[in-house]
Amino acid sequence: MKNINDILASEITPQNIFEKRRQLIKLAAMGAFGLSQAEVFSRNAFAQSGPKLPAKVNPQYFVADKLTSYKDVTTYNNFFEFGTDKADPARNAHTLKTRPWTVSVEGLVNKPKVWDIDALLKLAPMEERVYRMRCVEGWSMVIPWIGYSLSHLIKASEPQGSAKYIEFISLADPKQMPGLSSRVLKWPYTEGLRLDEAMNPLSLLTFGLYGEILPNQNGAPIRITVPWKYGFKSAKSLVKIRITDKEPATSWKVSAPSEYGFYSNVNPEVNHPRWSQATERRIGAEGGMFAPKIKTLPFNGYAEQVAHLYKGMDLRKFY
Amino acid sequence: MKALLIGIGLLPLVRLIVLGYQDDLTANPIEFITRSTGTWALVFLCLTLAITPLRRLTGISQLIEYRRTLGLFVFFYACLHFSIWFWLDHGLVFSEMIMDVIKRPFITVGFLSFVLLIPLALTSNQWAVKKLKRNWARLHQLIYLIAPLVILHYFWHKSGKNDYFTVSIYGAVLLILLAFRLRLRFKQ
Repeated sequence: MKNINDILASEITPQNIFEKRRQLIKLAAMGAFGLSQAEVFSRNAFAQSGPKLPAKVNPQYFVADKLTSYKDVTTYNNFFEFGTDKADPARNAHTLKTRPWTVSVEGLVNKPKVWDIDALLKLAPMEERVYRMRCVEGWSMVIPWIGYSLSHLIKASEPQGSAKYIEFISLADPKQMPGLSSRVLKWPYTEGLRLDEAMNPLSLLTFGLYGEILPNQNGAPIRITVPWKYGFKSAKSLVKIRITDKEPATSWKVSAPSEYGFYSNVNPEVNHPRWSQATERRIGAEGGMFAPKIKTLPFNGYAEQVAHLYKGMDLRKFY
Repeated sequence: MKALLIGIGLLPLVRLIVLGYQDDLTANPIEFITRSTGTWALVFLCLTLAITPLRRLTGISQLIEYRRTLGLFVFFYACLHFSIWFWLDHGLVFSEMIMDVIKRPFITVGFLSFVLLIPLALTSNQWAVKKLKRNWARLHQLIYLIAPLVILHYFWHKSGKNDYFTVSIYGAVLLILLAFRLRLRFKQ
């Protein structure tokens, strides 16, 4: 029989709870704010099941709002490749195969390369960042993402002098994605940013959330997160990144140019033609369903970091 | 029998209450409840309009006794659908609600259908039938205007996602039911 002193804590405690505890300790170490978030983490610990993705909390990118629960973040998604209902991706995305997976970086770069996902995971240290996410439909969440600034990958690819834009192309495989049979959008899903937007440290190349690798329905194995723009700008399940000198033809803009522009910065003063963008419903807000809507902030509250990118531009015209 | 029908008709509401109690109304409960009550109003509208064709096809004339109950359930769920939107989307501010009705066509037709249902619900009693005589039947023909408006409301709602599958099923059901009536009228 084993001596009681030889038993490791990890043998008694299930792995995921053990990891959670470590996370709690880490958060608690951040002080009072860490403690307020710790309660949220522990409450959600049991809903999570995916493989862990270790990351260091980046306190520079921490929103003090209450986190949206893991359950809500992973069961209420717009990912039309798996169906148009927001419950569809969680139901259908199990068919997505995230290994092997490669991302091709090409276009106006000196170092084009087909990256293996495992190489990308090691390109830069993983950070945990808590971002607000505002959907163009008028709801919002607060999500602890894991990843690193997209600028690391762009720098590694060495864009040429003529490079102005970056294009993100998502997987479009009808065998894995039942939603592709609908003609809602032109496939593959295509998104894009101006290169200076992409180089802003807020633009996050994202591999995980809530301490674990991305669930399929959230855009596994690799997506971008651009927190000052409406959610649809943050393309999921990327297979190709192209650096170009022309503004990419982005999927929603192609589908309905009068409703969705290339920039799509969160802007309470520019309404969608069919609804107001002045307020938003925070998913899982304190007070439950009777909680009043909250005011939407310019650039989703990230004006300090990104407003300078649009100096002199008429944001009503460049919506 | 009528009590049983009322019990069944209340089940969609009971389901919402149970789901709410279990904290299981999805991540966006208001959207879920609004859509659910809207869908059930439409289902009861289809059932109400199915009574006359069913009577003709089966020869069971007692079915007519249940039409009023079903019709009132249309109004009941439409009321919930409207109230939740007015309350939780517009905070019971009348002017804001009206602005939304004016601004968004899909809201305009939805609101219009609801308003048109009100006189029908108010006259769904024996007293009104006797009082209005022939005009009662004329008034209740409004349903032939309400049904397409409701479908248009749903259709425009779905147009943002180009997702017309569900709404076309309801549209087809209503179309068949209305076509049946037209045929009856031509025969007479």
